[in-house]
Amino acid sequence: MRLQWRTNQASDSALVRDVALVCLADGIVGVSFGATAVAGGLPWWVPVAMSLLVFAGGSQFAAVAVVLAGGSPVAAVTAGAVLNTRLFPYGLAVSDVTSADGPSRTRRWAARLLGAQLVTDESVAFALRHTDPARRKAAFWTCGATLFTVWNIAVPLGVLAGTAVRNTAAFGLDATFPAVLLALALPTLTDGRTRVAALGGAGAAVALTPLLPAGLPVLAALGGLAALWRPRRRPRSAEDSGTHQRPAEHAIPVRSDC
Amino acid sequence: MPMLAIAALAAITFAFRLAGPLLQERVAVPATAQRLFTSAAAVLLVALAATSALTAGHDFAGWARPAGVAAAGLLAARRAPFPVVVLVAASVTALLRLAGIH
Repeated sequence: MRLQWRTNQASDSALVRDVALVCLADGIVGVSFGATAVAGGLPWWVPVAMSLLVFAGGSQFAAVAVVLAGGSPVAAVTAGAVLNTRLFPYGLAVSDVTSADGPSRTRRWAARLLGAQLVTDESVAFALRHTDPARRKAAFWTCGATLFTVWNIAVPLGVLAGTAVRNTAAFGLDATFPAVLLALALPTLTDGRTRVAALGGAGAAVALTPLLPAGLPVLAALGGLAALWRPRRRPRSAEDSGTHQRPAEHAIPVRSDC
Repeated sequence: MPMLAIAALAAITFAFRLAGPLLQERVAVPATAQRLFTSAAAVLLVALAATSALTAGHDFAGWARPAGVAAAGLLAARRAPFPVVVLVAASVTALLRLAGIH
């Protein structure tokens, strides 16, 4: 009992430390985002509103980059939306932690909607570190809520900084966002095929940037997924192919909290 | 960037976020599809990192930014803490620009 308590306490402080480090880094990125947007000529409320409502750093940078490069709002929204398609598989991966206990239907829905807004690269990465449901939940909500707070303080600070210092390039702020993306992506490139797909896709995206409207080259990178395709020997019958609906008790994990 | 565009992006983004948990309760998403989505997310992250490091608008961004990002990437691969990674990216880029390399 005592040992269990100590282990939990140790992993709690490890969680708080790791979340603090990630949020500090994202805070710097948030400052960069606010500063870059305002220094590029956008009004102050654009980065502030985006950070509260969209709350997805990659798409915020992408949409602002499209607009600052002279692209249309439709192109900006498309670029941001395409990037955020990854939030769908993220939501699938953490659907067990965004739900809440309790008999009240209203409260369960409120928790689910709030949890959905907190689905980010960071919060999902933290949740996926754990297998124990309680720890997954703690990691997800701690990281998500802290990040939302830090992000929405950092971006207005960046707006102030960008208003004061127009030449944000001199501080190298434009390098912070790709650096965070790279640091987030590296641990996901575990197997060789995904690495080939990612490198091929990135190469194609960079090569197509001079030719295509902003936002589309990143989409074109999905062509790299072809590297994942491998010819397989077909199973002998449709019965074994896995295309039929599996029994629900295998497909849907039984959860005590719903 | 009009408010309507921000609202549209916010609504689409939230729909993607909510679709996963809602779908999971109703249908079985095949493991193959889940793996494909995970790989797609990785591919998109790397492509966005590469284009935002190397390009500005339709052109090459210059050497300073990719150099800073590359230095940060090396540190990230060696599991350096996130704030260190971000600060190194900005510092290397800023110092190169100070030295006249753009």
